[in-house]
Parts: sequence; C-alpha cells; structure tokens
Amino acid sequence: MNLSLRDVYQNLGKFLLTCVGVSLLLGVVMGMIAIYRGLVDEALGLARAMKADVWVVEGGTRGPFAEASRMPGDTREGISSLWGVESAGSVLFQNIEIAHRGTTRRLMLIGWEPGRPGGPPTLSEGRPITRSHYEAIADRRAGFAIGEQVIMGRNTFAIVGLVENLVASGGDPVIFTTLRDAQRLQFELEPSAARREQARNAAAAQNTDSINAVLVRLKSNMSPQVFAQDVQRWKRLSAMSQTQQEDVLATSVIERARKQIGLFTSILLIVSMVIIGLIIYTMTIDKKRPIATLKLIGAPDSVIVKLILQQALAMGMIGFITGAILLRLGQDYFPRRLVFETSDAVALFGIVIVICLAGSVIGVRAALKIDPASALSN
Amino acid sequence: MQTQDALVEIRGLGKHFGEGSTRVNALADFDLDVHAGEVVGLLGPSGSGKSTLLNLVGCILEPTAGVMRLDGQDIWNGEWKRKDLRRLRLEKIGFIFQSHNLLPFLNAWENIAIVRTLLGDPPAAAQRRAHELLDYLKMAHRRDAMPAQLSGGEAQRVAIARALANDSRIILADEPTAALDSERALAVIELLRTAALERQAAVLVVTHDDKIFDRLDKKVHLRDGRLDPNA
Ligand SMILES: Nc1ncnc2c1ncn2[C@@H]1O[C@H](COP(=O)(O)OP(=O)(O)O)[C@@H](O)[C@H]1O
Ligand SMILES: [Mg+2]
Repeated sequence: MNLSLRDVYQNLGKFLLTCVGVSLLLGVVMGMIAIYRGLVDEALGLARAMKADVWVVEGGTRGPFAEASRMPGDTREGISSLWGVESAGSVLFQNIEIAHRGTTRRLMLIGWEPGRPGGPPTLSEGRPITRSHYEAIADRRAGFAIGEQVIMGRNTFAIVGLVENLVASGGDPVIFTTLRDAQRLQFELEPSAARREQARNAAAAQNTDSINAVLVRLKSNMSPQVFAQDVQRWKRLSAMSQTQQEDVLATSVIERARKQIGLFTSILLIVSMVIIGLIIYTMTIDKKRPIATLKLIGAPDSVIVKLILQQALAMGMIGFITGAILLRLGQDYFPRRLVFETSDAVALFGIVIVICLAGSVIGVRAALKIDPASALSN
Repeated sequence: MQTQDALVEIRGLGKHFGEGSTRVNALADFDLDVHAGEVVGLLGPSGSGKSTLLNLVGCILEPTAGVMRLDGQDIWNGEWKRKDLRRLRLEKIGFIFQSHNLLPFLNAWENIAIVRTLLGDPPAAAQRRAHELLDYLKMAHRRDAMPAQLSGGEAQRVAIARALANDSRIILADEPTAALDSERALAVIELLRTAALERQAAVLVVTHDDKIFDRLDKKVHLRDGRLDPNA
C-alpha cells in the first residue's frame, strides 16, 4: 500500500488542480525553450544551409548577418584565385517587401551565382534555377506555389522551386534569385533616400555591382583558420570561418532572445517551485495528525519523507507530461516555429525534479518537526 | 520475585517542563510496576500527570529523572537515539487514544496492516494478519470502510486491532472509552482485559470513566505528579 497515493486520493481535487497549474506553467516554459530553439535554428539554419567553409566580408565588419557588409562585385574573382580554394561565390542579402495577391510580404532576398556556393540547399519541390533571369526559389512559408508568377521590382519572376525551413533570423522566409537579378532588385526596391545615398557614394561603388559576401569552399587540405588569416591581410576584407560566423550570429542575433527567454523561463520555474512548495507545505500541515500518528506507531522518518516527496515528484512529473502534451496539441497555433530538442526536455525534466525536491524542503522540515505526542492530544 | 516479570518497571521517574519560575513538575519521584496480564488504571484529576506518565512509558517524552525498564530493557540510559525509540515503539508498544487517530487515507484493514508492513511483513502477510485481528474484534464486516465512515466504537476497535498488530506486550491507552457509551466502553475494556490475558501483555489505561473502574486489576491514583496518598 502506497501511503502517498492513498493520501492523494483523499485530496484528489486539490492535487489535480495543482497539477493543472504546474502543467500550464511548464507548458509555457517548454514553449519558450522551443521558440528559442526555433530562433536559433532559423538564424543558424540560413548560414548553415549555405555550406561555406569561410565567409569573406567587408573589412572591419562581421557581416553580412550581424553588420552591413558591402564589397565590389569583383571581389570573388580575387578570392577564387587564392591557393586552397575549391570554389567561391558572391552572395547578396536584402530584406524586401513585395505586394502579392493583395498582401504585403516581407522576404529575405538572396542572390547568388548559380553553380557556385551560396544557393538553396536541397529542394523539396520543383527544379533549380536554369535561366539567368526571372526565376526564383522560395521557402515554402513565403506562400508561393510552383509556377506562380511573382512581381518583384519592375519584373515578374516565376517560382520554379521550393525549399523548407529557410528563414532569416527575423523570421522572414527566404527567396533566391540569381545575383544579377538580386542586384537589380536591390537597386529598384531600395527606398529613394538610400538610393540617393548610394548615388553619392557612386564614386566608390560606381555601379550596382556590389555584393555582401563571398562564400568560399576550401580544398580538404586547407584549414579555414589559415585561409581566413591569409584573407585578413587585404585591408578591405575580413574573413570568418563557418564556426566564427555561427558564433557571431549566436551572439549578435540570438543573445538578446536568449536573455529574455532565459529570464522568463527562470521566473516561471521559480513560480512553479513556489506553487509546488506551498501546496506540499499545506498538504503536510493538513496531515499533521496522521504524521504524528505514524511517528507514534514507530514509522521511521524515511516513511514520512517519502510520503511527502513522492507527492511533490508526482506533481512535477504529471505537470511536466501534461504540459508537454498541451504544448504539442497547441503547437500549430504558435506564431513562431517551435523546435523540440530531447536534450532540452531531459534538462527541463531534471530541473523540474530538483524544483520539486527543493519545493518540498519546507514541507519535509515541518513534517520532521511534528511531535509524535501531538497525536495523543485531543 | 515479582519485579522479575514486570514488563514496565519505573523507579523514581520524574518529568518537569520549563525551568525557573515557569517550571512545572508534571511527574515526580514516581514508582510503578506493571506485570504481564495486568490491566492497570491511571486515575486522577486533570493535570495530575497521567498523560505525562503514559508518554514517558511510550518513549515519546524523555524523563528528567529516574529509570525505566521496558520488557527488561533499560530506556533513557543515554544509549538510545530517537530512531531506536521509534523502532522500540514499533516492536513493543501499542497505543490506543481517545480520538482513535486512524490514518484517514487508509481503510480499516490497511490501518492495521501498515504496522505489519513497517515491521517488514510482505503485503499479503500483513493483510492476512489485519483480517485476522478484525475477525478477532468482530469487525470483519467493516474491513474496507474508511475511518470517516466508522462509528466511534468501530473506530476504537480498529485502533485496538492496530495496537495489537505488532504483538506488543505493552499496551498504552489514554482515555480509550471517553467518547463511547457505557456498553461500548465496557466492550473495549473487556477487549483490553482479554488481550492482557491471552497475550500476557501489560496494559496501562488512563481513565476518568467510573463505568470501567471495577474491571481494572489495579488502580493508581495520581495527584500533582505523585501517587495520591489519600486514595
Ligand atoms: N508539553 C508540556 N509543556 C508544559 N507543560 C506541560 C506539557 N505537558 C503537560 N504539561 C503540564 O504537566 C502537568 C501534567 O499534565 P498531564 O500529564 O497532561 O496531566 P493529565 O493527563 O493528568 O491531565 C500539567 O500541569 C500540564 O500543564
Ligand atoms: Mg491527559
């Protein structure tokens, strides 16, 4: 006969209500962690999908995601000729807004040189870009269908292929075109103020042939670090290995989200702990007399501690499982992509166990202090 | 010699609460022997130290003076830890209280079986023993009832069954009949007498209840923590 279980049956309403409360809290905690993972995944996903070994960007910047990076279009040719390079490709990133079927969509435009690094990863549908103009490949969440005609700037593009889960760190779906198309679009779509600015810098830029980065794939015997150092010697250029690029993204783009979500998560976990602690404490105080009786008839402390801890742990575990189920059921209604990682679930489960144990401390202390003689008093 | 088979042996036992001006001598220089098969009543006005004496014998209170031997073992000689005393209570002492103090979340037979479980019996054996005791106390039909569903007399019988469950030879009862009508009060004291005889147990009963006075083998009168010389 399990004393905790039997006692819970007696207080089933209170117990289940607490479990529901804890499950909602833990569900939100899990949701926030999943949102955070989604953010990381999206932010790094794009950089990872480009499959570069080294990113060459404008000198003194950490672009193109963290800072603006602008380089002349011929940079790639210089890089390609360096020793150890297997292939290199120019890329252009541009946040654009287009009107489509009566709605405005924000997209991340990526221009690359087909056949070189920087293009879309595996297509989930459709075909690669084969013509040098007016074809595009979009993330499925942009909402375009294969074959659909999309007006961007002054031209109409045909959607020829779709990719999955490729969004910018802001959440905007990605759309790929050829570098030339993207460069023209950039010029056409840029706000006039920015265009005037560019015109003033025209002496330096001369034309619209500018790019944001050169993606480099190295021969297997070339170390990205060594190569990056080589490139750094050109004052106008900076270079980052893929790992550095991901670190930069993680710190610049994700750090704030991590702090905010981490703060809320900690607060919710503390609230859960306080709730579990309070309920366990009141349940213990309600059981003062039975506990005194148990001590009187000779039950060791371990029996009494177990009685309390098992209930606290049961609350935590039921809350955790119910929370996870609720979150999975509500997953589709979230505005952001949720990414569930087993390691997060395992860690959170561990934290929940610790919280339950910590929350029961006052209850357990109160129980151990109960005087067996108090069972005798009327 | 009589003291040879005394299950409870008390010499010069004393207990005070507080110090200085707030000091209360609840029990002072008290001697008592309770033998196997005996039902001894503790009588006296409220505040005379009856419960204190019972709690001392039950190893719930630590005396401030004197010696006590239970079933031949010296208690409070400095070698006993709280843990050992719980074990001692579990193995040797059965408690019955006025408010029957059954565990509210266990049913009648489970309230008895838990003692056997704590003693290490496997569940089936503990349940069998609980059923036997309930049969013995003519409570078999209420086995599965929760304490809240039992009448005062029924609950007291379950409590007695629990006190007998560890085959204890020292049974302590604090006003076990106070909440019962005279018929049930007599039935309870009869049960205790039977237990004392059949199990050769020493039974110590605190009572105000004159209905049961003539069923006691021995009456000990207390006044201000001492034997009442006028009784
Ligand atoms: N825990 C305690 N703290 C202080 N005084 C106590 C305590 N328990 C009992 N007393 C005092 O000891 C005396 C004897 O009490 P008690 O043994 O309960 O008497 P009885 O059971 O005969 O009514 C009383 O004066 C009571 O106030
Ligand atoms: Mg009393």
